[in-house]
Amino acid sequence: MDWLSSSVGLYGRRRARNLIAQTLAVIATVFGLFWLVWIMWTTLTKGLGALNLALFTQMTPPPGDTGGMLNAFFGSAVMSLLGIVIGAPIGVLAGTFLAEYSQKSWLGETVRFVNDILLSAPSIVLGLFVYTLVVAQMGHFSALAGGIALAFIVLPVVVRTTDEMLQLVPSQMREAALSLGVPQWKVTMQVLYRSALPGIVTGILLALARISGETAPLLFTALNNQYWTTDILAPMANVPVVIFQYAMSPYESWQTLAWAGAFMLTVFVLCISLIARAIVLRHRISQ
Amino acid sequence: MNTSTLPSPTAATRDVLDARADRGFRWLVTGAGVLVLLSLGAAAMSMLWGGRAAFEKFGIAFLWRDAWDPVAQDFGALVPIYGTVVTAVIALIIAVPVSFGIAMFLTEIAPKWLRAPVGAAIELLAGIPSIIYGMWGLFVLVPFLAEHVYPWVDENLGAMPFIGALFSGPPLGLGMGTAGLVLAIMVIPFISSVMRDVFLTVPTPLKESAYALGSTTTEVVWDVVLPYTRSAVIGGIFLGLGRALGETMAVTFVLGNAHRLTTSLLEPGNSIAATIANEFTEADSPMYLSSLIALGFVLFLVTFVVLTIARLMLRQLAKKEGN
Repeated sequence: MDWLSSSVGLYGRRRARNLIAQTLAVIATVFGLFWLVWIMWTTLTKGLGALNLALFTQMTPPPGDTGGMLNAFFGSAVMSLLGIVIGAPIGVLAGTFLAEYSQKSWLGETVRFVNDILLSAPSIVLGLFVYTLVVAQMGHFSALAGGIALAFIVLPVVVRTTDEMLQLVPSQMREAALSLGVPQWKVTMQVLYRSALPGIVTGILLALARISGETAPLLFTALNNQYWTTDILAPMANVPVVIFQYAMSPYESWQTLAWAGAFMLTVFVLCISLIARAIVLRHRISQ
Repeated sequence: MNTSTLPSPTAATRDVLDARADRGFRWLVTGAGVLVLLSLGAAAMSMLWGGRAAFEKFGIAFLWRDAWDPVAQDFGALVPIYGTVVTAVIALIIAVPVSFGIAMFLTEIAPKWLRAPVGAAIELLAGIPSIIYGMWGLFVLVPFLAEHVYPWVDENLGAMPFIGALFSGPPLGLGMGTAGLVLAIMVIPFISSVMRDVFLTVPTPLKESAYALGSTTTEVVWDVVLPYTRSAVIGGIFLGLGRALGETMAVTFVLGNAHRLTTSLLEPGNSIAATIANEFTEADSPMYLSSLIALGFVLFLVTFVVLTIARLMLRQLAKKEGN
């Protein structure tokens, strides 16, 4: 009977260990979700309370005054658009190079590796880069510099998704088109891009979601502007930097406005991510 | 009808045009690829250039000088580097076990119907802009910790020998401990989604044979899944480390922006990214500005090394998959 009790002990210990580990894993997941719920709850309650019509119709106020964020919303839209317009085409082309033209050459492998690093490089570093590249040369902060800084964040995201999406296109499609005598650039433009379009659009949307909340690079490039401006060569207000300045300020009205901005920003980013997800899902089902 | 056997002049010119367009397109995409390559090099070069005044004046000693005095034009990177490393280490100490638990839950424990929604929710955490983490940290977490957690920590852990120095101090709420916690929350979705993805690459027969021999779930994860994916798991952790080192806004809000060296996690500190974000627009002298850009260069080098290790580690598993 001795062996039985010892084996029960062994089994018991193993089962106990298993139970403890599984419980800890569940606790870890609850721990992760707990923060998500807490952060979302805070943004929702503080932000909804601060929402009003003035947010969308008035300019950012001077200290202690009430106002809106119209100029900041406009500035963010302009700079995000600039970032996408500059970054996305280059990204799509570079992704095309990786998927279609580099064929495991050392250049392709190096570009892919560097792009992966660029993808997770700290955005503050890219901001400093654009500061020395554009702002220091022009002599003043500008929305254009902000757009360029954002383009460097858009670029690796779009390169990565384009590369992956083009590789998913079945090679029969390429071969069928090429065998008809269609030149390769036309195959790329008219067959591959068309087939990979939902994926590429998803990549651009994800990039948009990422840059709309970026603060650090804009601090050194676009700075801020209390007034309305449409001049992209001048400093321009933008949502993240306004949130940063107002949240760090001692004025209650500014902090309230910062929460309203944070709420709008979070809602926007989550909507974009959901749309991107929906496109991927629909694309997958249709295939 | 003739065109197939005797190409007409127009078809010939079309071939030439197509060939030219083909070459042009090839150059275009290659150029775009090279541009990606160049942008990383240019980023490094431009920051080295921008920080040259600081490097010339202080030399390599810039890295371990603890001075930071804009009035006397005396700068050193020790305090920000120390703060960056300490907060990132705290973040990893919290985030790695939690991420492992989440990945284990999502791949082995949770019922099938629960996996997708919970995974998506965790990934949602990664999508929240870092400035939101910062605001939440400053307005919600800091007062909470200052009121309910840090007084207790100071009283109980602060009195212990050796580790007491880490946990004693005024319960301000701001500080390196708080920054580390916020960073942990931010990197958990990154590390856990890498871990989950690589855990899913483990061949099912491998796991099933372990189960068939009577292994428990924990033993399968610990003795089969983890050894198989070890390099990629380490890669995922380094990816999280790279993010924690370079994270700016969230840390800037809760770190307290104090330029001094302290062993206590309860006291305010500074990090490279937070120093740059806080002081860049106030830098009023060329040497001040140059020192900040030099800090940026240091941060770039460190994250570059960390991210390179991460990618190489992740690639190792991908190679094993290919074979």
